[in-house]
Amino acid sequence: MLVIKDLQASIEDKQILKGINLTVNPGEVHAIMGPNGSGKSTLSAVLTGNPAYTVTGGSVEFYGKDLLALSPEDRAHEGLFLSFQYPVEIPGVSMVNFMRTALNEKRKYFGQEPLSAADFLKLMREKRAIVQLDNKLASRAVNEGFSGGEKKRNEIFQMAMLEPKLSILDETDSGLDIDALRIVASGVNTLKSKDNATIVITHYQRLLDYIKPDFVHVLYKGRIVMSAGPELALELEEKGYDWIKEQVDSQQ
Amino acid sequence: MNALKQYIDLYDESREAFEQQSPDVLNAVRRSAREHLEDARLPRKGSEDYEASDLETVFAHDYGVNVNRLPFEADPAETFHCDVPNMSTCLYYSSNDAFHSSATAERNIGQVVVEPFSIAADDHRELMAAHYGRLARLEDPTVALNSLLVQDGLFIYVPDGVVAERPIQLVNIFNAALDMMVQRRLLIVVGKNAAVKLLACDHTQSPDYHYLNNQVVEIVAMAGASVDYYDMEESTPLTHRVSSIYVEQHEGSNVLIDGITLTNGFTRNNYHVEVNGEHAETQLLGMTIASGEQHVDSRTFISHNAPRCHSNEMFKYVLNDNAVGAFAGKILVKPNCPRVEAYQGNRNLCGAPTAKMYTKPQLEIYTDDVMCSHGSAVGQLDEEALFYMRTRGIGIDEARRLLMQAFVADVIDGVRLDALKDRLHYLVEKRFAGTLSNCAGCLTACKKS
Repeated sequence: MLVIKDLQASIEDKQILKGINLTVNPGEVHAIMGPNGSGKSTLSAVLTGNPAYTVTGGSVEFYGKDLLALSPEDRAHEGLFLSFQYPVEIPGVSMVNFMRTALNEKRKYFGQEPLSAADFLKLMREKRAIVQLDNKLASRAVNEGFSGGEKKRNEIFQMAMLEPKLSILDETDSGLDIDALRIVASGVNTLKSKDNATIVITHYQRLLDYIKPDFVHVLYKGRIVMSAGPELALELEEKGYDWIKEQVDSQQ
Repeated sequence: MNALKQYIDLYDESREAFEQQSPDVLNAVRRSAREHLEDARLPRKGSEDYEASDLETVFAHDYGVNVNRLPFEADPAETFHCDVPNMSTCLYYSSNDAFHSSATAERNIGQVVVEPFSIAADDHRELMAAHYGRLARLEDPTVALNSLLVQDGLFIYVPDGVVAERPIQLVNIFNAALDMMVQRRLLIVVGKNAAVKLLACDHTQSPDYHYLNNQVVEIVAMAGASVDYYDMEESTPLTHRVSSIYVEQHEGSNVLIDGITLTNGFTRNNYHVEVNGEHAETQLLGMTIASGEQHVDSRTFISHNAPRCHSNEMFKYVLNDNAVGAFAGKILVKPNCPRVEAYQGNRNLCGAPTAKMYTKPQLEIYTDDVMCSHGSAVGQLDEEALFYMRTRGIGIDEARRLLMQAFVADVIDGVRLDALKDRLHYLVEKRFAGTLSNCAGCLTACKKS
C-alpha cells in the first residue's frame, strides 16, 4: 500500500531525511526505532504533509497515488492517520464538533451524505469504549486539559473513528503509565485487520511487547540502516544503538 | 472643512420645526447642545483615541435628515425578519428614525414601561426630566449632534423591585430609499432591585444607500438593579454607525453590556461606565467579526468611583481581508476606592496579512489596595492546530473557520440569555461560512470556499 523511494526532506535548509526506502503492505506492522534526532518524527511529519518540512527528493506512493501531491486533508481521506507524539490542544473546539466535521469531510470527499446526529453519537459511543475514553472527555474541547495518557487514548479514539488504512503511531508510548499503555495497545490491536497496516515509531521495546511488529527498522542520520524481524528490537534493548552507529559511521 | 457645519446650518434654519415636533425635555438639552457645537470639530484620524478612525470623513457625506418627520410607509414587522427570532421577546421596531409597535409589543408589559419619548414626556415627565441627557456628554461632538437633531427616542423604565419576565428586543432597520442620517436615542432607567434584559439589533435592509446611525444610549442602574444590554449590528458596507453608550451604576447593581458586530461598514462604539456605588459589578464584552473593508473601532472607559466594585472587560476581534479593528480601553480607579477589582482584556486574531488591528489598553489607578490588570494581544491562527485538524481530514478552510469560531466562543458564552447565546453561536457559524443574509452581496474571503 505504501512505497517510499529515496525520500529526502529538510526543515529550514537543514537536511533531515537523506534517502528513506520503505515498503508497507496491508496487514503488516512495522516498527521504526532509532536514536534521538535520527529523523523518525520527521518521517511521520513528511508523510502526513506537515507544511513546515520541504521534500527535496524521492517519491511516496500510497495505493498507487502520488501521496506527496495530496494536501494533508486528502491524505487523511485516502486513509493515512498520524497519532501525534504531542497531540495539539484546541481550546473552544469541542471533541464532538471536531470529530463530526472530520467524519463528514471524509464522507463529502467520497460523495456520501453527512452522518445523522443519532448515527454519529452512536458511533462515538462505540469507538470510545475501545480505548475506555470517558464521556466527559468526549464532550470537552479537543485535548484541552487532558492528561498525557488521556491525550494518547484520544488519538487512538480518533483513529478508531476515522478507520484509516495506514496508521503511524509516533511515540504513542511516551508519557504513558503501564495501565494506559496496555489500554492504548489493546485499542490498536482491536483495530488491526488484514486490510490495514501500522507503523510504530518508538524508542523502547516495551510498546512492542504489546503491539507485535512484523518488521523492525533502525533509522539513523536520516536513513534506514538496518531492517530485520522482531528479534532486532530485543537486541537493541539489550545492546543500545552504539554498535549500529559505529557500524554505519565506519562505512562512511 | 467642517462636516458638522451642514447639520448645524440645517438646524439653525429649521429650529422651529425641530422644537415644535419634540417634547420640551428634548428641547432643553438641544439648546445646550447647540452651544457646545459652536466651535466643535469632529475628531480626525490620529487624534487622541481616534488612532484608526476619521469621523470628519464619516459625517462629511451628504446625508438626508428627516427634519419634518415624514413617515416612511410599510410596517417593517411585515417585511423584515430579524436573525434573532423566537426568543419570546417583547419586540419593538424602529425603521429609519420612527418607532413602530408590532403585534407582540405593548406599551406596558406588566409594570415595565416601553414608550417613545413623545408619549413618555407626558406619562413620565419627572423621570424623563431627571435622567434625559444627564449621562451623555455634550463635549463629544457626535453626542451633541445627536442631542441637537434628535426628535424622538425610546424610553424604557423598570420600576423598583420589578423583574421583567421577558427580554425586550428592539430591532432597528434602515430601509429608506435615500442616503440618510438618523439620531437614535434610548433612555433606560432600571429601578432599585429591578431587573431587565435588553437586546438591540441594528439591521440594514437596503444595501444601495449610505446610512449613518448616530446614536446615544443612556442606562441608569439604581441600587441592586440588574441590567443586560446586548447590542448587535448586522448591517451593510455602506452603513456607518457612531454609538455612545453611557452607563451609571449605583450600589450593588449588576450591569452587562455586550457589543457584537457581525457585518457593517464603519462602526465606532463608545462605552462610558460610571460605577458610583459599592459592590457594583460590571461586565463589558465585545465581539467583532470583520472581513472585506469592514471597520470596527471601540473605545471603552470604566470609571471606578466607589470602593469594593468589580469590573471585567473582554473584547475580541477576528479580522480578515482588509478589515480594520481598533480598541482603546481605559480603566480609571479614583482615589479612596480600595478593594476594586478591574480586569481588561483585548484579544485579536488577524487571519490575513492585510488586516489591521490597533489596540491601546490603559489603566489609571489612584488607590493602593486594588487588583487591576490589562492585557492585549494580536496573533494569527495556530499553525499547529491547523495541521492537526488537517491530518484528521478537516480541510484548511473548514479548519480556519472552526478555529476562528473557537476564538470568540468564550465571549459568546458570556451572554446571560440562553436563547441569544445559542442563536449567536449559530449566527457566528453562518457569518464565518459567509451565509448570513448580509453576506449575500459581499465577496470577501469568508465565502470563497
